[in-house]
Amino acid sequence: MNTPVDGKSPMMVLPMAKEVPAGAGTFRLPAVDQCFVLGRVTTKVGQVPSVGSELFTKDLYGHFLVRWNIGRDHFTVEPGLYALGDPTVDSPVLVTANYKMTFDLLRRTLVGRHVWILVLDTKGINVWCAAGKGTFGTEEMLDRIQASRLGEVVSHRQLIVPQLGAPGLAAFEIKKHAGFRVSYGPVMMEDLPEFLDNGYQATAKMRIKKFPFKERLVLIPVELMQGLQQGIWLIAFFMLLGGLVGDGPFVQAAFINGLPPSLAVLVGIAAGNVVTPLLLPWIPGRAFSIKGAISGLVVFFIVFAASGIWAMDYSWPAGLSWLLITLAVSSWFGMAFTGASTFTSLNGVRKEMLRAMPAQFIGIVAGVILWAVSVWSG
Amino acid sequence: MFELRYFEDVVSLECDREKCIGCGMCAVVCPHAVFTVKEKKASMIARNLCMECGACMRNCPTGAITVEAGEGCVRAIINELLGLEGPCC
Repeated sequence: MNTPVDGKSPMMVLPMAKEVPAGAGTFRLPAVDQCFVLGRVTTKVGQVPSVGSELFTKDLYGHFLVRWNIGRDHFTVEPGLYALGDPTVDSPVLVTANYKMTFDLLRRTLVGRHVWILVLDTKGINVWCAAGKGTFGTEEMLDRIQASRLGEVVSHRQLIVPQLGAPGLAAFEIKKHAGFRVSYGPVMMEDLPEFLDNGYQATAKMRIKKFPFKERLVLIPVELMQGLQQGIWLIAFFMLLGGLVGDGPFVQAAFINGLPPSLAVLVGIAAGNVVTPLLLPWIPGRAFSIKGAISGLVVFFIVFAASGIWAMDYSWPAGLSWLLITLAVSSWFGMAFTGASTFTSLNGVRKEMLRAMPAQFIGIVAGVILWAVSVWSG
Repeated sequence: MFELRYFEDVVSLECDREKCIGCGMCAVVCPHAVFTVKEKKASMIARNLCMECGACMRNCPTGAITVEAGEGCVRAIINELLGLEGPCC
């Protein structure tokens, strides 16, 4: 057993060590005045804040907001050690990230159990993404074990770490420097109860990350909001220029000339950020940019036919320009969804981007030029 | 049918059988079951399913596994292509 000595960070001895942040490893327990803390549990090292499994309206309201990309950068809990229920020195220690959504879903999953939850400072990012960035990592884990004096709170030397945290930390280094043995838990939280009841054994199925419809669905609002944040500039450009260059009063010209390409942008956003994620397995192609473009093509004809714009008295370059705009936008956002997917690789995405971005660029530039020509000559 | 798969033959994952001690940690941490342990050595049975998260490399005690791990998100790659340092998602 090798409990880190107070006041000296074990990070110092790591070859991969990053700069030691100020105050790292100094004894500290999380504040008890956070809104989700129910009470405190007395331990050898002090009063550890305790939480329950029940989520309240204000927790769920917070989840709703971050799902819509509102306040997502500040949805955090204070890092450190928490008690779920009334754990003892023998209770399991589960490690997680300080994204409040993650923390909340974890405690909700462990209803009726008494465990310690060690929250790492991941700057409010979920476990998997934080592991990719290295903030859910070996150094932070060693610091947090020491800062929480975990070795004095529990009598065993075992940590349960989410499997998706593995890109950030090395189990053998935690063992070597802190004396704690890391057991990688299941990929999905919902399998945790079974994992705990089976003596920390995960089945082969629990180790695989899938990307089912339900998981893709919950991502849609954030994807949509981010798409609109980028697309709004393009829409403003079309409305403004359409109003200035077209014939007649500004508002009327903006409406006649600017509305169809703006709709084309919105169709691209919807196809790339909603249709592509939802129908991902069923859209042909492996490249997300291709899937995005195919969705864009289909949604474009549905929307422009149904809205009656296609039947109106617009010239063919105008119609073609809208199509190009939709294809470029939907392909771009389809491609961007690789970042949220669970099975694309860095080298794969880089390869895809190097091929797709020139096509998307040409598409949007050609679309804008054709549109400008159609407005000018119309 | 309708399986979610990305490109074939594009990933940088390599495993050095000489250095491998067959501890099986790679098989535990991989979220796509790329590895299995055969005859006390790690074996890549589904290399094309690798998403280059780097979990196996990070948890390999002998450094037998190498992979160019990183954030495969669009902004990170654009920053990389432009030679910029910047935050990802």
